[in-house]
Amino acid sequence: MDPSPQSPPTKKRKMATSTSTSTAAAPAVVQEHQFPLPPILTHPSASPPILITQGAEGRLYKTTFFSPDIPCALKYRPPKPYRHPVLDARLTKARLAFEAKVLERCRREGVPVPAVYAQNAAAGWIAVEWIEGAPVRVKINEWLGQRPKNEEEERSAAGQDHGPLIELMKRIGAAIAGLHRTGVVHGDLTTSNMMLRPHTKKKTTTSEQTNGVSKEEEKAKLLEGDVVIIDFGLANQSQSDEDRATDLYVLERAFASTHPRAENLFEHLLESYKQSFKKGASVLHKLEDVRMRGRKRSMIG
Amino acid sequence: MPDAKGRRIALGCEGSANKLGIGIIAHDPITGEALVLSNVRDTFVSPPGTGFLPKDTARHHRAYFVRVAKKALALSGVSISEIDCICYTKGPGMGGPLTSVAVGARTLALLWGKELVGVNHCVGHIEMGRAITGASNPVVLYVSGGNTQVIAYAEQRYRIFGETLDIAVGNCLDRFARTLEISNDPAPGYNIEQLAKQGGRVLLDLPYAVKGMDCSFSGILGRADDLAAQMKAGEPGPDSKPFTPADLCFSLQETVFAMLVEITERAMAHVGSNQVLIVGGVGCNERLQEMMGAMAAERGGSVYATDERFCIDNGIMIAHAGLLAYETGFRTPLDESTCTQRFRTDEVFVKWRD
Repeated sequence: MDPSPQSPPTKKRKMATSTSTSTAAAPAVVQEHQFPLPPILTHPSASPPILITQGAEGRLYKTTFFSPDIPCALKYRPPKPYRHPVLDARLTKARLAFEAKVLERCRREGVPVPAVYAQNAAAGWIAVEWIEGAPVRVKINEWLGQRPKNEEEERSAAGQDHGPLIELMKRIGAAIAGLHRTGVVHGDLTTSNMMLRPHTKKKTTTSEQTNGVSKEEEKAKLLEGDVVIIDFGLANQSQSDEDRATDLYVLERAFASTHPRAENLFEHLLESYKQSFKKGASVLHKLEDVRMRGRKRSMIG
Repeated sequence: MPDAKGRRIALGCEGSANKLGIGIIAHDPITGEALVLSNVRDTFVSPPGTGFLPKDTARHHRAYFVRVAKKALALSGVSISEIDCICYTKGPGMGGPLTSVAVGARTLALLWGKELVGVNHCVGHIEMGRAITGASNPVVLYVSGGNTQVIAYAEQRYRIFGETLDIAVGNCLDRFARTLEISNDPAPGYNIEQLAKQGGRVLLDLPYAVKGMDCSFSGILGRADDLAAQMKAGEPGPDSKPFTPADLCFSLQETVFAMLVEITERAMAHVGSNQVLIVGGVGCNERLQEMMGAMAAERGGSVYATDERFCIDNGIMIAHAGLLAYETGFRTPLDESTCTQRFRTDEVFVKWRD
């Protein structure tokens, strides 16, 4: 999932965005992939595409756009073999077109999301800005990994030296508030769908970071950076408290199951959301209802 | 008391919905292997077009408890003295039926001088699925008439990653079977599955409701009911040709199963697992297993599923999960041997796993 340790592209060829057919698809590169490349990536390219992850929705490739020094993320939604072809085509096309639309809207409103470079909804791909850094999930787990595991110790440590993590929770809350302000709900908020983009443009590797920096400073730096929300594949346009609250509820539950040991810090995220968003208080009120319904759900065996 | 071979033996009683099940399991203390000694079930079947009402179902469970227990005991070949504990479903489920079975379990415990173990029904499904299939740490899709959850294990709990926001998928199928007045024997879902095999000429447009790792079925049921009404009125389908109950069942299955596979895949991607285990009554649907298999294969993994003996509610799963807890020292004292309609999967402290 972590896109940062990938080796930088070396070959200097241009990624073709035209639909002209080409025989120059690099077979050596294709063989490295577990999956066949989407047609768009079989055109002669500035750099060999790197398969970053196979998410639930599709595959994410790192490639370049237009010029070899503009890295981009190409998201490809292959046909799902399990899904009825009619249903599959309908879903893929609608979701990709909508994803592009929502990203453009967020971008216009200044919400930190990747910029859209190009898309072809019928062919199942969208090319967006490459976000440096690591998913928030990875960063939080790295941070928690340095904590005592024993529950007793954890309890005594709670709230004391989780300072940087609490700060991060607040930044996440503010980012979601910004998103909701534009009338967009994400639909799949998890800590995997947020990147922590380092402040410095310069790309640093882990080994460089440890050089001459004390362990404490390094640890404090771990959670620095801008929160960038990614993967709008399930996004929707909505102004309703209900949908916004559901968005937060999905994240709350994903957070509790992914980072059970930091579950108690989620309130900081909600508090910051409330402060950054005029309608925050009424959304949080609605969240109570959504939670209640959630609990009521476990009924018949 | 362990038996002559040193095995621990538990009797499990299940009755959270319309199945009354009693099963007897043995755990080998050395290999940890679970051996099913008997697994008896009696299902309360309501007439076509109707569902099972709690009071009727509870009456069924009370009426059949003794004969099902006797049969389970006789088939297992163990004597009463060899049984270590009596396990029963504490919840979640329907209040009346749960109470009937809890009373039965308490009676056996007092009669035979055994200790009681209250079991979470969902955890019972998961543990039985793991024991039967050998899946070590899968993402679990738990789909039944009352529950729809995507679950993964982390730090001593089965954590719920996704679930239905309204009705369970099995409830959606059961209720649609009522709309079409399909037989409830052996199960409405089974009959929908058979009917769907004859459909497929056309995929009727139904809502597709996935929200992150959660999903929703009530809107789909509403639309399917509307389409059924259109069909009965003799109106044509989207391609201006008439459609049949088989086409409706096909479209409903294709849509809701695609949603289930999608949320399961999302959870697998999220936790980085490529094993998936399907449990619960809907889990014996072969089309769902096939779709899940196609998804898992693409992720380089595999799907684990069981047949109706273990997928559909049964006593053996309660015995198995109860015995796992019993072996870690867990007991349910008589005055705490209650049952509850609401008992979330993640409330259980899973002491028997690392």
